[in-house]
Amino acid sequence: MRERASWDVVCTVDDLIAESGVAVWTEDGPVAVFYLPHRLPALFAISHTDPFTGKNVLARGITGDLKGQPVVASPLYKQHFNLETGQCLEDETVQVKTYPVLLDGQNIRIEVPASVSRTAAA
Amino acid sequence: MSKKNLIVIGNGMVGHHFLEKLVDTPAVTDFNITVFGEEKLLAYDRVHLSEYFSGSTHSDLAMGTAEWYAEHQIDLHLDEGVTDIDRERQVVKTPRGEYPYDELVLATGSYPFVPPIKGNDNPHCLVYRTLEDLDDIRASAKGVKTGVVVGGGLLGLEAANALKSLGLEAHVVEFAPRLMPVQLDRDGGALLKHKIEEIGVQVHTEKATTEIVDGDSARLRMNFSDESHLETDLIVFSAGIRPQDTLARSCGLDIGERGGIIINDQCTTSDPHIHAIGECALWSEKIFGLVAPGYTMARTMASVLNGDQEAAFTGADMSTKLKLLGVDVGSIGDAHGQTPGAKSIRFNDEQAGHYRRMVISEDGKKLLGAILVGDNGPYDTLLQYALNEIDLPESPETLILPESEGGAPALGPDALPETASICSCHNVTKGDICGAIDAGCADLGAVKSETKASTGCGGCAALLKTVVDSELEKRGVEVSKDICEHFPYSRQELFHLVKVSGIRTFQTLIRDHGKGHGCDICKPAVASILATCWNEHVLATDHVPLQDTNDTFMANMQKNGTYSIVPRVPGGEITPDKLIVLGQVAKEYNLYTKITGGQRIDLFGATLSELPEIWEKLIAAGFETGHAYGKALRTVKSCVGSTWCRYGVQDSVGMAIHLEDRYKGLRAPHKIKFAVSGCTRECAEAQSKDIGVIATENGWNLYVCGNGGMRPRHGDLFATDLSDEELVSTIDRVLMFYVRTADRLQRTSVWMENLEGGLDYLKQVVLEDSLGIGAELEEHMESLVGTYQCEWKTAVEDPEKRKRFREFVNAPEKKDPVQQWTMERDQKRPVLESEVEPA
Ligand code: SRM
Ligand SMILES: Cc1cc2nc3c(=O)[nH]c(=O)nc-3n(C[C@H](O)[C@H](O)[C@H](O)COP(=O)(O)OP(=O)(O)OC[C@H]3O[C@@H](n4cnc5c(N)ncnc54)[C@H](O)[C@@H]3O)c2cc1C
Ligand code: SF4
Ligand code: FES
Repeated sequence: MRERASWDVVCTVDDLIAESGVAVWTEDGPVAVFYLPHRLPALFAISHTDPFTGKNVLARGITGDLKGQPVVASPLYKQHFNLETGQCLEDETVQVKTYPVLLDGQNIRIEVPASVSRTAAA
Repeated sequence: MSKKNLIVIGNGMVGHHFLEKLVDTPAVTDFNITVFGEEKLLAYDRVHLSEYFSGSTHSDLAMGTAEWYAEHQIDLHLDEGVTDIDRERQVVKTPRGEYPYDELVLATGSYPFVPPIKGNDNPHCLVYRTLEDLDDIRASAKGVKTGVVVGGGLLGLEAANALKSLGLEAHVVEFAPRLMPVQLDRDGGALLKHKIEEIGVQVHTEKATTEIVDGDSARLRMNFSDESHLETDLIVFSAGIRPQDTLARSCGLDIGERGGIIINDQCTTSDPHIHAIGECALWSEKIFGLVAPGYTMARTMASVLNGDQEAAFTGADMSTKLKLLGVDVGSIGDAHGQTPGAKSIRFNDEQAGHYRRMVISEDGKKLLGAILVGDNGPYDTLLQYALNEIDLPESPETLILPESEGGAPALGPDALPETASICSCHNVTKGDICGAIDAGCADLGAVKSETKASTGCGGCAALLKTVVDSELEKRGVEVSKDICEHFPYSRQELFHLVKVSGIRTFQTLIRDHGKGHGCDICKPAVASILATCWNEHVLATDHVPLQDTNDTFMANMQKNGTYSIVPRVPGGEITPDKLIVLGQVAKEYNLYTKITGGQRIDLFGATLSELPEIWEKLIAAGFETGHAYGKALRTVKSCVGSTWCRYGVQDSVGMAIHLEDRYKGLRAPHKIKFAVSGCTRECAEAQSKDIGVIATENGWNLYVCGNGGMRPRHGDLFATDLSDEELVSTIDRVLMFYVRTADRLQRTSVWMENLEGGLDYLKQVVLEDSLGIGAELEEHMESLVGTYQCEWKTAVEDPEKRKRFREFVNAPEKKDPVQQWTMERDQKRPVLESEVEPA
């Protein structure tokens, strides 16, 4: 087990797609990174796994806002997830994991939680 | 105060619904709740049981979760049937122990009745009630040919459909002279029989089985009282249900003459501490074999335990609307006209296969009941007349006549009284809806979440919408035709804005005419409008985030996150060389292949990163994208036509290819399908397409606005004996007018039906050029034809666009771990949820 959380580089600015998402592989599994340049902050990271189906697809959904909240719609069955909190708008009992994300020069870094063990993720 | 013990016996649909209602009341804190269920699995939706055969799993059908029970501190004992109730000591007994109760609720449901026929204990004699029963049927059906259902009622026909879906030759054996004797009359039953036989289920009425013995050509042989017999490999008994009242009987509660635990209006039995709800309960000498009355009892029970003095069960409507083996069947109220003095009006169209009967009161003022077979169109309207005792119109027959013969339009929402039941699943009346609106619900969504209306079976969705719209309008709320919260415009209005102001990107449109950042409703709609107006590449930087995932990746996403690929095969004509290439590519990438319903070949199971490579190979062999992912022209189906067929009068394949090449890539509000047939035998099924072309001696007949799908509609004959050129210019105009004026996700049929003036108006605009825009429409189409590009060709040649197809941008070699495969019939397929091995 690791002691502390770490800020891992997951990709660079060039990898991002404006107003949309890309998927990256982290020690905590697949994560979707969204880049919404018309907002502040512009970067969001949530789990790439659609909680309704268990499939890794969320980065491929359409982004936007509903009632002021930044959201992505799952490309499979179209439920919306708040990009800041991971909360599903259609079902209050469902939430996806969110990750702190930041821009460091050209690099995008994600904070992977401390509890993730290296061997499990490898 | 210490808590009381509440025990519920039976974890079925009604038992579970009762708990859901109870936890919403303050009374829930007064009780320690314990539930016993005989089945191994948590309560599931028995109404949709048959979906288990079409791929649904227990978790799809489950009504709640173990977590939900834990969260509400309900102690759930599954696979633990109650064997005894000791009323004196107030305890229930199970093989595992004794449990004391203060209040006891019986929700034990019912069990299938198996007639006492010699031989009915054969292991291949089965019933149809639980998921375990379905597992047994599946196992018994493996590798055999024939199955018989005994009983031609609602459940029997459903079971027959299930046997058919398992690949068996299905028979129904019914003792009565007709099918569904409870709901239908003679003519209705006869029509249903005819329709069901047409789809290959054989129906034997007036057959009494005397014994079941070993068969010669199959496992079993059923001998009938008329000396005839039938050989079959398995038998499913569906000869009615009986209330599960064994426990109640043995502890001495009052039981009805023909079974059922007698309850009063408060759902209490002859013992004041024991209650019964659902199919095991007998109220006013009636057993209710449907779920909605059970739910009403469950609600009453929760209120009673909550100390509500007024709560009472007062009976329930037993009307049903079903689709059995694809055939509409509806039965309302007193369908057999048993009320003294009742009179009937019948309409029987043998040609179309519609039977409709209305039962009206002696004075002709009220509708008492009705029967529908073949088309449930009038059901909602008739049900409202019957349930709410609305005065019938002067010529009541108009309610069941087809519209062209003066049939009455549907009953407007205003005509419904406040007490009209809108949603029977959740017992929501028109009054409840008005109340919710007055309390601040300003749109359909809000009314739904406030009242729960339309969140059960969904059957009331259309009615709910009209009521909500009309009530909002009455209160001066303008019912919004806005596409979504970001644009105060309809799709047609947006189209005008884009076209007139020359807007080329979503960002400009939302900045100038909308608000916020857009969503998954407006973005794809605007993308489609931009494509029609300017025809730029779907993956141009500005457009890429607007597309639905299928358009973004130019492939169709499948249930496991992989994609399918459908290359264009114009007119369905393909050379052996191209077929070989498809085979080679599929082999190389291990893709599942299947011929589609649109005369082309679908390759399934490609990962995101494989898509560009696969397309490189396909393009090199001369293939183009098939737009199976887009709201766009899909296929032009053809029959072989005059080139080969001895009846063909024109070259239908040639015309189909010509049309497909012309309109390929056209983005539209919804998908568009064509077909071209070489003569009136119509082997290409052109009349079921958005654009249908049928060859005549003198040219082509054009049909428009047909479709298959959820609500099939035959196309309308639009113009006859057109030359090749006339055909193309007419189609140009129809399609362009559709693309410009239809709503989002509106197919041509619905669009045309909603045009004021309908087909005649469309003919005026297109054939007589009444708006003077004919030439403009043709020019617009011509410009789109001229700017066509194969989206995949452009994409594979552009490294920037290819970047988008990386599954994990930082780990190109990483395979998505959730995509697991297995083999079936020599090809790979995704593993089912039930087959997934833990990682
Ligand atoms: C592949 C195919 C089934 C097959 O294996 O044969 C198919 C597959 C799908 N159909 Fe279909 N339809 C296919 C022929 C049809 C047909 C038959 C036909 O075209 O002759 C129909 C009825 C005819 C019609 O459309 O009028 C049909 C009526 C639908 C509908 C209902 C449309 C409606 O108006 O009610 C949908 C849902 C929708 O579009 O909203 C649908 C939606 C779909 C989707 C896109 C569902 C989805 O979102 O995943 C499926 C995509 C699967 C994939 O990845 O390729 N599919 N679908 C057929 C592809 C034909 C092709 O070569 O392009
Ligand atoms: C194939 C099929 C299709 C149907 N379609 C429709 C439809 O379209 N519309 C409609 O309205 N209705 C339909 N129904 C009927 C509907 O499913 C029932 O009305 C509903 O399930 C009744 O609910 P219930 O809780 O009373 O009984 P159930 O759902 O049968 O639940 C009773 C439960 O109690 C358990 N139990 C019994 N005895 C004991 C005991 N001693 N100890 C512990 N547990 C016990 C049983 O195992 C069972 O799980 C259909 C039914 C079937 C089988
Ligand atoms: S959408 Fe079409 S292809 Fe998919 S399951 Fe339904 S009918 Fe079959
Ligand atoms: S009637 Fe079933 S949801 Fe309304």
